[in-house]
Amino acid sequence: MQDLGILLEGRNLERLLYGLWVTLRISFASIAASIICGIIFGVIMTLRNRVLQAVCRIYLELVRVLPQLVLLFLAYFGLTRAFNINLSGETSAVLVFVVWGTAEMGDLVRSALISIPRHQYDSGYALGLSKADVYMSIILPQTVRRLIPLAINLATRMIKTTSLVVLIGVVEMLKVGQQIIEANRYTAPRAALWIYGAIFALYFLACFPMSLIAGRLERRWT
Amino acid sequence: MDVNLLEVEQLRKSYKDAEVLKGLSFTLARGDVLVVAGPSGCGKSTLLRCINGLEPFQSGVIRLSGRDLTAPGVKWTEVRQKVGMVFQSYELFPHMNVLDNLLLAPRKAQGLSKSEASARAASLLERVGLKDKMKSFPRELSGGQKQRVAILRALMMKPELMLFDEVTAALDPEMVREVLDLMLELATDGMTMIIVTHEMQFAQAAASRVLFMDEGEIVETSSPDVFFTFPKTDRAKQFLNIFHFEKKERRH
Repeated sequence: MQDLGILLEGRNLERLLYGLWVTLRISFASIAASIICGIIFGVIMTLRNRVLQAVCRIYLELVRVLPQLVLLFLAYFGLTRAFNINLSGETSAVLVFVVWGTAEMGDLVRSALISIPRHQYDSGYALGLSKADVYMSIILPQTVRRLIPLAINLATRMIKTTSLVVLIGVVEMLKVGQQIIEANRYTAPRAALWIYGAIFALYFLACFPMSLIAGRLERRWT
Repeated sequence: MDVNLLEVEQLRKSYKDAEVLKGLSFTLARGDVLVVAGPSGCGKSTLLRCINGLEPFQSGVIRLSGRDLTAPGVKWTEVRQKVGMVFQSYELFPHMNVLDNLLLAPRKAQGLSKSEASARAASLLERVGLKDKMKSFPRELSGGQKQRVAILRALMMKPELMLFDEVTAALDPEMVREVLDLMLELATDGMTMIIVTHEMQFAQAAASRVLFMDEGEIVETSSPDVFFTFPKTDRAKQFLNIFHFEKKERRH
């Protein structure tokens, strides 16, 4: 129990919270960019163009089958080796998560768009509404309602996955935790439990409100 | 002499190789209730969809109050405000309550003020006894209620012509009645309507004329009394027999 004190010793807690800030910074930059690019990508996938569809499909499947860790190594080490492009760990991380998030988000947008029945469009047009009105008042509100719970779910997955960036040398929450544990190995051998416990709690605090909102929206809108 | 509300001349429509409407011509005077009957896939629904421009067609002319709808510069959004259409699958907008479903088009397309549109909606809902459902969402309504709201939604635009595309086909038998009653009431009030339906008894009661189609052609146009008792064509007789059952002797 006395090892719990490690958490409050010196600037440890402050450092952990800074680590959380790095985690959230990478996550939110990636999520925001993925949502924007994903919407564009999703709309492109619904266009009836064979070539575009094939390209999108290949991109989507490729990004999905590759583990995010492999993508991270490719961006961080591979780009340097092959093209002499030197990205910082954090930049590579955001790049990879945007590439991945865009693919996943795009697929969600695509499925939400095509799930609106043809007759919803027809009913709108049959009432004399313009194309813009049909989209703004009928199609988009329904698409967004279907999308938001799914997008929040994806966002929590992305936050969790950022813990992989430790492996390309980015010091985020998990790494800070490991540093604290290492530094106190002899004085507080059981600190690991408390530090990881604290990290668990912080991840939980970051993700739980989001899944709560997702669940609530889903119940309200379906 | 008054011009016909609707004139259709030599309407042809095909999908790729298949011709689904093979040169249809008919006219509709104000106050007419035209029931379009015929086997599935004969082009009834396509005909309705062509009349309000949801479906492009290859040739032919459609005139509404004498105005050629195939002429360049015709705005379909304006035409559709005069031609209401109700579909089989009701298709209320699920994210809006009943009132908002009714208000959307008058507000957006006709620029009606909220109070004006709400008053119109309230009186229509009152008339069909759904005023207490004003704030309900479509998922909280029965099929029959949904379909009646869908009809009101079209009526909100004060259309000159109403198109009904098998509006009771997806409903439970008990719900069918309330929807048909509403349509019958509209007919009595003098609304001009084209009704595609398989409810033959209703057709007989509501129609001022029956148009019988098969394979993209008009086979017969008759008054309901003639059509349902002494159809002129064999094809129509054959079709009407589908709705007729005879008690057979039991074999064992």
